[in-house]
Amino acid sequence: MSPFLAGLLQLLALVAALGLAYRPLGDHMARVYTSTRHLRAERWIYRAIGADPSAEMRWPAYLRAVLAFSFVGVLLLYALQRAQGLLPGSLGFASIDPDQAFNTAASFVTNTNWQSYAGEQAMGHLVQTGGLAVQNFVSAAVGMAVAVALVRGFARTRTGELGNFWTDLVRGTVRVLLPISVAGALALVACGAVQNFSGIHGVGQFLGTTQQWNGGAVASQEAIKELGTNGGGYFNANSAHPFENPTPLSNLFQIFLILLIPTALTRTFGRMTGSLKQGYALLATMAVIWTGFTALMLWTESAHRGAAFEIAGGAMEGKETRFGIAGSALFAVATTLTSTGAVNSFHSSYTGFGGGITMLGMQLGEIAPGGVGSGLYGMLIMAVIAVFIAGLMVGRTPEYLGKKIGIREIKLAACYLLVTPALVLGLTAVAMALPTPRESMANAGPHGFSEILYAYTSAANNNGSAFAGLAADTPWFNTTLGIAMLLGRFLPIVLVLALAGSLAEQRSVPATNGTLSTHKPLFSGVLLATILIVTGLTYFPALALGPLAEGLAS
Amino acid sequence: MSTLTDPRTALQAPQVDHGPAGTRVGSGTLDPRLMLRSLPDAVRKLDPRVMVKSPVMFVVLIGSVLTTVLAALEPGDWFGWAITGWLWLTTLFANLAEAVAEGRGRAQAETLRRARTDTVARRVTGSGSGFGEERVAGTELRIGDLVVCEAGDTVPGDGDVVEGVASVDESAITGESAPVIRESGGDRSAVTGGTKVLSDRVVIRITTKPGETFIDRMIGLVEGAARQRTPNDIALNILLASLTIVFLLAVVSLQPFAVYAGAEQSMIVLTALLVCLIPTTIGALLSAIGIAGMDRLVQRNVLAMSGRAVEAAGDVSTLLLDKTGTITLGNRQAAAFVPVAGVSEAELAGAARLSSLADETPEGRSIVALADERHGPYGPEARADGAEWIAFTARTRMSGVDLDDRRVRKGAARSVTTWVRSRGGEVPGDAGEIADRIAAAGGTPLLVAVEDAHGTRVLGVVHLKDVVKEGMRERFGELRRMGIRTVMITGDNPLTARAVAEEAGVDDFLAEATPEDKMALIKREQAGGRLVAMTGDGTNDAPALAQADVGVAMNTGTSAAKEAGNMVDLDSDPTKLIEIVRIGKQLLITRGALTTFSIANDVAKYFAIIPAMFAVAYPSLDRLNIMRLASPESAILSAVVFNALIIVVLVPLALKGVRYRPAGADAMLRRNLGLYGLGGLIAPFIGIKLLDLLISLIPGIG
Repeated sequence: MSPFLAGLLQLLALVAALGLAYRPLGDHMARVYTSTRHLRAERWIYRAIGADPSAEMRWPAYLRAVLAFSFVGVLLLYALQRAQGLLPGSLGFASIDPDQAFNTAASFVTNTNWQSYAGEQAMGHLVQTGGLAVQNFVSAAVGMAVAVALVRGFARTRTGELGNFWTDLVRGTVRVLLPISVAGALALVACGAVQNFSGIHGVGQFLGTTQQWNGGAVASQEAIKELGTNGGGYFNANSAHPFENPTPLSNLFQIFLILLIPTALTRTFGRMTGSLKQGYALLATMAVIWTGFTALMLWTESAHRGAAFEIAGGAMEGKETRFGIAGSALFAVATTLTSTGAVNSFHSSYTGFGGGITMLGMQLGEIAPGGVGSGLYGMLIMAVIAVFIAGLMVGRTPEYLGKKIGIREIKLAACYLLVTPALVLGLTAVAMALPTPRESMANAGPHGFSEILYAYTSAANNNGSAFAGLAADTPWFNTTLGIAMLLGRFLPIVLVLALAGSLAEQRSVPATNGTLSTHKPLFSGVLLATILIVTGLTYFPALALGPLAEGLAS
Repeated sequence: MSTLTDPRTALQAPQVDHGPAGTRVGSGTLDPRLMLRSLPDAVRKLDPRVMVKSPVMFVVLIGSVLTTVLAALEPGDWFGWAITGWLWLTTLFANLAEAVAEGRGRAQAETLRRARTDTVARRVTGSGSGFGEERVAGTELRIGDLVVCEAGDTVPGDGDVVEGVASVDESAITGESAPVIRESGGDRSAVTGGTKVLSDRVVIRITTKPGETFIDRMIGLVEGAARQRTPNDIALNILLASLTIVFLLAVVSLQPFAVYAGAEQSMIVLTALLVCLIPTTIGALLSAIGIAGMDRLVQRNVLAMSGRAVEAAGDVSTLLLDKTGTITLGNRQAAAFVPVAGVSEAELAGAARLSSLADETPEGRSIVALADERHGPYGPEARADGAEWIAFTARTRMSGVDLDDRRVRKGAARSVTTWVRSRGGEVPGDAGEIADRIAAAGGTPLLVAVEDAHGTRVLGVVHLKDVVKEGMRERFGELRRMGIRTVMITGDNPLTARAVAEEAGVDDFLAEATPEDKMALIKREQAGGRLVAMTGDGTNDAPALAQADVGVAMNTGTSAAKEAGNMVDLDSDPTKLIEIVRIGKQLLITRGALTTFSIANDVAKYFAIIPAMFAVAYPSLDRLNIMRLASPESAILSAVVFNALIIVVLVPLALKGVRYRPAGADAMLRRNLGLYGLGGLIAPFIGIKLLDLLISLIPGIG
């Protein structure tokens, strides 16, 4: 079967599965975030953390709760890694160095899951399951909570109240992430992923050497790794590892899990704002970008250029033969267009253009469909910018969902636009200008530059995937990438919540014939153009010197 | 006095034109000489303290200074000088756009200033027995002073007439040569400084400080001195500033990447790239667009007290229009003669005409006119020489004429039937039916009865109705397409109001409206998130004018109304509100269209400059040179030149405003996106290629 046909069939299966899950999951999440009832288990949690689940929060209070919760998360995860050697369940691994522990703590709390360590050689059961997996759940729930707060900002009028962070956090975890993860983990186990607490085994090799293998709660971590768009693998090889992702079916299932919540959230958004069509318009823009990127990736990876490619049937270097071009390309696009960062193949080994597609996917802000929650709020920010420009062209003060996009709103959205380019381009420029960081590059020329550009792109956008080759476990990269992850996560959240607060205070402007309709294909097109031109163009010079120079040369 | 024209009737002729030319918001012509004359102003605006207000152009200014220094350090490099020259031109063109926009306003201010010649005021001193006059300079007047103006005097300041009535020539501010009446009390008491009293004597109470009079404010507005930035203007500036920062980051970070690639770039090339990427087109034209928008209002004799109001006009979703004078011609007119059974229409018309010959009310005149039109011409026998005219009184509620051989009466149904019965006449059953039918249709029935040799009897009914101005229905349809709801305000009963509303095609009406009702309606609309526009002239309109988002006061109105509104229409034409809404929308569309154009331009510029910069280090990048530009130097220079020239090319568009046709938002967006989005994407590819062809012809380049 040609990679294109294989890709097409897998794509269709994926779209069908996502289509089936879209309605029930989107509606379920809308109910979860609007219900006034608390489950008994949830009441226990509220009592334990001393939160009043029905108290409404204005945006500063909501933000304080997000920041406090995340700060405590970083501290705990840092402490757990630093003390690993002293605690049980370490599999004999030592405590983690300060810079790497900081990097990993920042990485998992920000839903990035950049890993400068190799899981099976550094982290024991306790850190993996009690620290990293916990953050896989709650960091995803934080993203969803922030997105829901912004949706409430659009939906509510003349109030500054955005809901209750603790309720949103707990419900997102208990009612959405946990049940799907359990089902997902079982499905993965059925596909052959491992789930145990076994120790390290020595396995004999053909050449007489032994290789060390360890088990772990892999399937359960895999499920939330993809579902929560986290991406931090149990093993260094991530989803290329047969214990994590054994078969083409499990591969497709993992892609499904990655895209599941971010796409369904557009329906939740439509439900909560009272117009499903508004959600479909966002979904349409996401879908066009996603299918476009997937098609380009399939094309560039399967195009036969040179003898090696022709023999292998495409750019097979760095890809698993059990997934092939199609399974790998689909995965690579899905993981970089969301904030997942799990990989089942090595992006560094992709063709020049292929590497460029993964980078551009992240640079667009990971909004097609994006991370859990962060994809929706990122897309809504772009919608605000698009509405502002297009709205002026219909001769009215721009409005989106009945809310005016005035000075304050545009100020916050414009600052949001600035954050990631400043981090990515600024830090990459500094790294390229200094001698030490460049020593980490494995290659010379454009490919070496791509390694560093990719690292900062991945960190600042909270993706977490790596362009293999870069030796990132150095104090410089651990620290700067950690900072990029923290700022890239929380600065946008500050701006999004401030925007939500300002929107919620407004009264709603009724739509008339003179109002720009934001639920029609025309607007989806405007949104697409805005995303490609406003965010895409920012990175054009940098991409030209990396993947484009490489891709055009072959 | 009878030669005076009441401005309300003089200017109420419907100013509707159909056809494509009429639906376009017109514009002043752009005189190329004005560009030349504005050049010194443009140079003066290079002051960094002025430039910093536009962040985009400020960056260009810094870039120009930087490249000048770099070019001076290496004087032999023609490329550096060429880029430097065009960067300065880019800055200059931006300033020129603003200067031209201001220059047009200044010409109007000059005319106004002539009206503000220093006047000598006759101030009233003392009161009662110690009453006297003193002559003081107009600039020494304070609020509350009383001044006397007689025929030939120029009114020394803004105020209200507190005593007397006079005809006033207001041509200095309105351009309308017909004099208007100003009288104490009522809604026509406001006078404006600089206008001239033509007859009689009035005492005026001054209501503004010198230097803050209407004319002063008008001068300030048209000159742009008191120009405030509007909310959308500020929001757009913020977005442009953030895009500028993003591109600054992209260019600044490029150097380390370039060094690594072995293609270190000169500062001149990096500056050129930056200037091409930041949204200079819209940055350069933004303030000119705003000034020109205000200017378009002034050209239509509307003074907006703030730019915010102009913008709000574009956002209006509810329009409150007074019925009388705005939607209808202002008076009821005879529309039909409906005779009772057994009477011919001609007989009824003749009788009605006869009774109205001496009736000077508009209704009376319209009856004569209709009878002449339908059954005329009437010979001399139809004259009523030696007749005794019975005038209409509120008690009798009828009027008529007594001749030698007959008596004719017309009036309210009940009064006329009572008169007929008291004279022993018969009232046929269908007379009441006809009257009821007319009333039910919103008209006013006038019964006509005659007493002659055949006895006293009812002839029929004259149907009086409000005549809706021609073209109003189309206008309201247009507004509806733009998403604007019109609400008619009238003192009539709901029945009449509904009939007029249906005929005029308004969306809603408020009948038997009191000022309180009007206020409540505005508040209700605003509570629903809608912006409301209205016109008004009376003192009792003032609170509603202040409450409305766009309150247009008529210049003939009281100063209270003018103070309360945020716009004044010098022509006192209430239908102009529709025009104002269009201008507001056009202002926003122009901004949005040029922003889109400016951003879309970047794609082509990247394709011109990036290969030019890096094709040496990575030959593969030459494949991005899809325009096949001759050499790196000419590619970069072409992009910079295009970037500068496009500003000049778009100045007329910025000043005139983009073409605007009333349409729904979707149609408008599709059109503007196609024109300015797609156009902005394609135009620079063509422009840069053409410039490159030209530049590469210069010996030593390419």
